[in-house]
This record gives sequence, structure tokens and C-alpha cells, in this order.
Amino acid sequence: MLNLITRRLFFALLALFATSVIVFAATEVLPGDVAQAILGQEATPELLKSLRQELGLNRSPVERYFSWLGGFVTGDLGHSLASKADVLQTIKPRLANTLALAAYAAIVAVPLSVLLGIICAAYPNRLIDRIFSVVSVFIVSIPEFVVGLLLVSVFAVQLRWFPAVVVRLNWSEPLSLLVQLMLPMLTLLCTIVAHTVRMTRAALLDVLSMPYIEMALLKGMSRWRIILRHGLPNAIGPIASVVALNLGYLVSGVALVEVVFAYPGLGRLMVDSISYRDLPLIQATAMIMCLMFIIFNLIADILAVLFKPRGASVR
Amino acid sequence: MTKPLLEVRRLTIEAFQPETGWRKVVHDVSFDVFPGEVVALIGESGGGKTTIGLTALGYVRPGMRLAGGKVLFNGENILSFSQERLRLFRGASVAYVAQSASAALNPSITIGNQISEGIVQHGLMSAADAKRRTLELLKALSLPDPPHLAMRYPQETSGGQQQRVMTAMSLSCGPRLLVLDEPTTALDVTTQMQVLKTIKDALKEFDASAIYVSHDLAVVSQIATRILVLRNGRIVEAGDTFDVLERPSHEYTRALRAAVRKLPHVEDLPQQRTVARSEPSVSVKNVRATYDNPSIFRRGPAPADVLHGVSLDVYPGEVLAVVGESGSGKSTLARVIAGLHSAREGKVLFRGQAVSSRASRRSKECLKSVQIVFQSPEQALNPRATVAQAIGRPLAFYFGMSRSDRRRRVEELLEMVGIPPEYADKYPKEMSGGERQRVAIARALAAEPSVIICDEFLSALDTIVAAQIVDLMKSLRDRLGTAYIFISHDLATVADIADRVAVMQHGRVVELAAIGEVFGARRHQYTAELIRSVPEMRLGWLESALSGVAGT
Repeated sequence: MLNLITRRLFFALLALFATSVIVFAATEVLPGDVAQAILGQEATPELLKSLRQELGLNRSPVERYFSWLGGFVTGDLGHSLASKADVLQTIKPRLANTLALAAYAAIVAVPLSVLLGIICAAYPNRLIDRIFSVVSVFIVSIPEFVVGLLLVSVFAVQLRWFPAVVVRLNWSEPLSLLVQLMLPMLTLLCTIVAHTVRMTRAALLDVLSMPYIEMALLKGMSRWRIILRHGLPNAIGPIASVVALNLGYLVSGVALVEVVFAYPGLGRLMVDSISYRDLPLIQATAMIMCLMFIIFNLIADILAVLFKPRGASVR
Repeated sequence: MTKPLLEVRRLTIEAFQPETGWRKVVHDVSFDVFPGEVVALIGESGGGKTTIGLTALGYVRPGMRLAGGKVLFNGENILSFSQERLRLFRGASVAYVAQSASAALNPSITIGNQISEGIVQHGLMSAADAKRRTLELLKALSLPDPPHLAMRYPQETSGGQQQRVMTAMSLSCGPRLLVLDEPTTALDVTTQMQVLKTIKDALKEFDASAIYVSHDLAVVSQIATRILVLRNGRIVEAGDTFDVLERPSHEYTRALRAAVRKLPHVEDLPQQRTVARSEPSVSVKNVRATYDNPSIFRRGPAPADVLHGVSLDVYPGEVLAVVGESGSGKSTLARVIAGLHSAREGKVLFRGQAVSSRASRRSKECLKSVQIVFQSPEQALNPRATVAQAIGRPLAFYFGMSRSDRRRRVEELLEMVGIPPEYADKYPKEMSGGERQRVAIARALAAEPSVIICDEFLSALDTIVAAQIVDLMKSLRDRLGTAYIFISHDLATVADIADRVAVMQHGRVVELAAIGEVFGARRHQYTAELIRSVPEMRLGWLESALSGVAGT
């Protein structure tokens, strides 16, 4: 049991390490001459030389990787090339914004999608279930930025209910913040609700085919009591792990949504730093997003282990 | 004349099969259940017994539909009840006891709450009164320490206790009729005898009638007042228990009767091991094994050893039976030998060579020499693999056979286990339980093992099919010289097939000797109890056997 969790933890660390190698290789090794890549074709030889000096490019890639990794582990993420600001200080408020948006979306999406999943499972293949199947497939097939733009054109441009862009978060007034973040939140909602509903429905239907459910029916229990009291507690494990996986996606997959709404979050910071070729910032944002994703995956795995049906292997 | 409690009239039910569409599985069945009666529905698996029993609760399983007939309870047709009326009817007027209590009890609700919720949901009592009533019921079904038991989860109790708990649950709302679906089939003989007696007493005490679904004529003869013999969804014979047992008129009833296995006379059993004492195929030396707690949420004491230093040898060409009640460690022993469970201490030797405790670390040769056939072929065969694929896999893995060689060998193996070669392209779900188990045996034989472990592999089959498979095993042993470790709680079959018997109790081998010696001398008290528990097909056996137990 604990053994299993330590093993998961070990694999999570391994994944993180592998991610760091990939991020580093993709940004500092693959471009060949990094200084040239950053400064572009028109760079003067003097500028190139000084940048190479600054980045320590004369050292071997392995050496540079470990000093970069060492800095990352100790919280020294370096300085932005564009603004010279400390990367950690640049990232902090952006990360907070992203987490706020993701948390908002999660608080609405998780109860909503679990509820919808339960309803679909309660009436499998009936009208409500079919309608939702079709709608969810439709929503899943539209890319986030299209959903975002559609929402903007309807609710911001036509109806003028919510702002179309979020340039600065108004933390002092939480209520207006909720209104301010409504459209990005709804866009994110569309991306995770469909998947969570489908998985909740499947997990619950799986449990509802068990003999003890038939028993509950033959004991004269009502439909909702069977679903909520006899079925749901046994489906919590798979549902919890699907939710955790989707939260990981929320945090790491917001880049597109943030760009659409000009939202000052981590995702947009990453996109911006890519366009400025701001290497330390790209590396740091990539690593933090991967870290988030790995953490939520880890939580999903651990939940799945913890909620394994009691007595599954008691003999 | 009293009025019948339940009247089933011209009941016809159809089941949907993808290949054939709707097909009749219950044909025009009519019978009555009078107050105080226990009516047994008996017949082979797939004969429609459970399907008929469930209609007494106004329930037809998904994939089936009512095609005609009526089921009247106190004169009212329950098949025309509204959903809400049915809900109130189920549990309160007619209650169900399922075949496998371990599957039919909810693993995440405590025993007490599972029993009392019915009473509360039917609006019969307040929660506090229902709780009191629950404890009374648990006590009435001779369960130990009811207040403590009520707080536990079903999987923390033994199979026999689970079955009693479910019976208590069915009685909770004071139903007039119980539908008992093979309630003792999954239990070992000693437990079966006690549970059977408890059910019988409870029916009397709570003044309930019953429909008792079973395939075991010996068990049914202890509890039923009337017997209906079903075959292919039709009643082929009906009558009082005594008449059906003593003067069966239909040939199928006679076949069922003949298939009830009796313990042979001790004099007829081999007193000495007949096989030569060569090097053992498999040796187990002083094995101890334990199971971890599966979840940190599980309360209770630290896990105790399931095996306490077990040692035994299996010689080439012999059948070594391992008997004992459930929980005695029989299956764990099998899993240790097969490398599916690691022993905490001790060794497993194949032909004198110590092997790894994990199958994944054993050599191919080593894996090949021991094969296992499980209790349930439904779970052991991949539903998406055809018979040829299932049997072909060990052929490719162990012998590297080409596709055409494999096909030829698969057909040979199928013929060996008595299955037509054209079954090679069928999927498990297209076959009966007995056929599937034969396929599982063929798959084990494909590896040409020196030992086959059979873990309760007959207990899911009805008596006639089981008898055929025992004959198959005997002929395979004689032809191929394969050794068997035959794990079972069915002593009559053991007496029929085994050369030696190891009797296990609480994780120890308490007796190990030639079959005649063990059954004849009955040196160990537990062995004697096991032997006495084998059901006999005569009225009053249950009571006399139990008084025998009380006497010792």
C-alpha cells in the first residue's frame, strides 16, 4: 500500500527529471547556436559574443544543464533576458493568476460534471443521456480558442454581459472578479466538463452493473437511493482520479485560453517569452507547467490506489 | 383448502442473444407456492431456475423480457404493478437471497446498515428500532457477537457469515415468501450444512414460505417440501420431495439423482498410495504466507499468516487432493506453488530444484511444468479471445509452434477434452459453463505440464457436468501421467478421484495420507466432521448429521 505510493512518487520524480532534460535540450541544445537563435539573423558579432559570455555557452551542455538544474532546485531561476527581472519574481503573480482561474473553473466544473455524470448514469441511453453524449462530443471537437472567441462574440460583443479581455485582476473586489473571469472560466469549463462527465458516467455504470446493485433493487430501494447510497461510494475512486487528471489539464492547458483573453497568467507569459526568445523564462514556465501536470497526475494515481474498492483482494 | 401464496401461470420469458435474437428460455411454466411450503426449483445451470425465481419479485433481468403469463401474489398480478408499488412490494412481501453473498452485499456499507436500511426505507420502523431489530435478526441466524458484527463490512467476514447476513437481510421486513438462489452452493460442506440448518429454522421461525433454487438434489432434499425439476426452461417433473427422490418418473430426474455423489465405502478406496515413490514433481517445504492489508482504510488487526508452515510432496501421476473449509489456506497454497503469491518463508521445489517464489522470475521450463485451472472459467478465459487463441497462446509461448501447427494441436487438445474441433473459433460466451471449463483444461494441457493445479474447478458446475469432467480428468491422468493437485471441498468427488488427501484447517495440514486411510480411520476430528458433512440424499439427513456433530 505505502509501498505503492512511494513507487508512484519515485516515478513522478523520474518523470520530472526527464521533463527537465527535454526542456533543457529543446531550448539550449537543439537550436545549435543559442545566442544566434535568441538574437536572430541580424545580430552583430559583438552582441553574439557578449550574449554567449552571459549564457556561459562556452561550457559543455552537460555542465550547463546541471548548473541550470541546480539553480532550479534551489529556487534560482535566473534573470529574464528581455527585462533583466528575476524570473521567480516575474512568474509568481502570473502563477497566482493562472491558479485563480483554474480554481474558479474547477470549483464550478467538478460538481457540475459529477452531477451530470450521475444523471447520465441514472438514465443510461435515455433521452437526457443521449442529448448529453452528442453535445459533449460536439464541444470536445471544437478547439478552446474557437469556443473562447464564440463566447466573446456572444456574451461580450453582442450581449455585453462580461468583459472580453482581462488585463488586470481586480483582487480587491472578489465579486466583480468572478464576473471579470466569467468568459475564460466558461471556456475552460467546456474543455474539461465533457470528459469528466463521460468518465463519471462510465465509472458509475460499471458499479451499477454489480450484483449488489441488483440486490438493492430487489430489497425495494428507490432508484436514487441505489445510485447515491449503493453505487456512488463504490465509484468514488475512478471518479476522483479522473477529476485530478482534469485539474492537471486545467493548470497546464490554459495557455491558449489565456492568449485568447489576453489574461495575465502563466500560459500567456510562456507564449510571450517564446516570442521574445527569452530563454530563462521559457524554461521556467515550461518546467512549472510540467510540474503541475505531474503533481495532479500523482494525486490521481494515489487517489485511485486509496479508493480501490475495499476488500478487492481480501482472502 | 388454503389459498396459494404465489401462483405462477403459463410464464414464458425470452432472452436476447446477438446471433439468434429473442429466444425462449422459460416455456409456459405454471406452479403454486402455498403458505409454509418450500418449493425447490432444480435443474442444470442455464435451465431458467433463477429467471423463474426472480419473477416472484416482479423482476426480469436486463436482456430478458416477459413474453407471456402471470405471477399472482395473494391473487394480484405483480407483473402489472407500477414501479413504486413494486418497490414497496420487493423486500417487504417477497425477498431475495442471492447465490454469492460476497458479490451481493455492498462492500462499502456496514452489515448493520445494509440490513436496517430495508426496514427504514419501507417505512416499517424508526432507525433506532430498525437497529434493534437488526441485532435480533443477526442473533436469530446464529451469528456471533451481533453488535460488533453489525459495524463491520461484509468482506471482513467469512463466506458462511456473509450468507447468513444476507438471509437476515432478506427476513428484515418480514416477507411472506423468500426466493433463495443457490444459497449454499458457494460454501464448503461443513458451513453448508450449518447454513442450511439456519435457513430451515429461520423459515419456520419467521413463518415464511420459500422458493429454493438449486442444482443439488441432496441439499434440496433436506429443506424442500416439493420439488420441480426444470430442464431447458420447462418443468419436466413435479411432486412431493419424497416422491421425486424415491420414484423419479422423468429420465432427467434420474440422471440428476445418479449424479449426486456419495462417499464410497472405505473398503473400496486405495489404502496405500499406488504410485511409485519416485522423485516428487512438486515439493512444498515449510511454507508460510500472509496477505497485506489491501487498503489503509481497512481497520482491524494486522494480517495473520494464512499458511503456517505447510509441507507436502506431489508425485508424478498421482492425484493429491487438498480439502478443507474456505479460509483454510487451500487456494493460497495453490497460488504459492504457481508463483502467483510469494511465500513469506519456506521453499517450493520442482523436481528437487528450488524455484523462485514469483512466477515472473521463473524459467520458461519451470512455468510450463505447473499449470492452474481456476474455479471460474468465465473469469479465467479472456472474453475477447477465441478458443483457438486461448489454447494457442501457451503453444506459441512454450513450444514456438507455427500457426498451422498450433491449429492442428488445438484441435487435438479439444478432442482430448471432448469438445468438437469446430469450437476452435468460438468465443467463451458462446459456450456453456462446462464447455468453458473443458477449454480451460485444454489450455492447461497445452503446456504439457507435469502438474495441474485444479482450484475448486468443479464447484461452479452442476452435478452432471461435474461428473463428466471428473471422468475426463481420470482418463487424462491415465493417458498422460499428469499429476494433479485437486483443491476441493467436495469430499465425494475427492474420494472418487484422489490417491492421497491433505486435510487443511486454519492454514495447517492436519492430516496427509492415502485416501482410504484418511476416510477409513478418521483419525483427526476435523476430518471426521468434513466427512459427516457430505450431504446425503435422504430425508432427515441434515438433522441426524448435525446431532452427530453435537455429539462429538
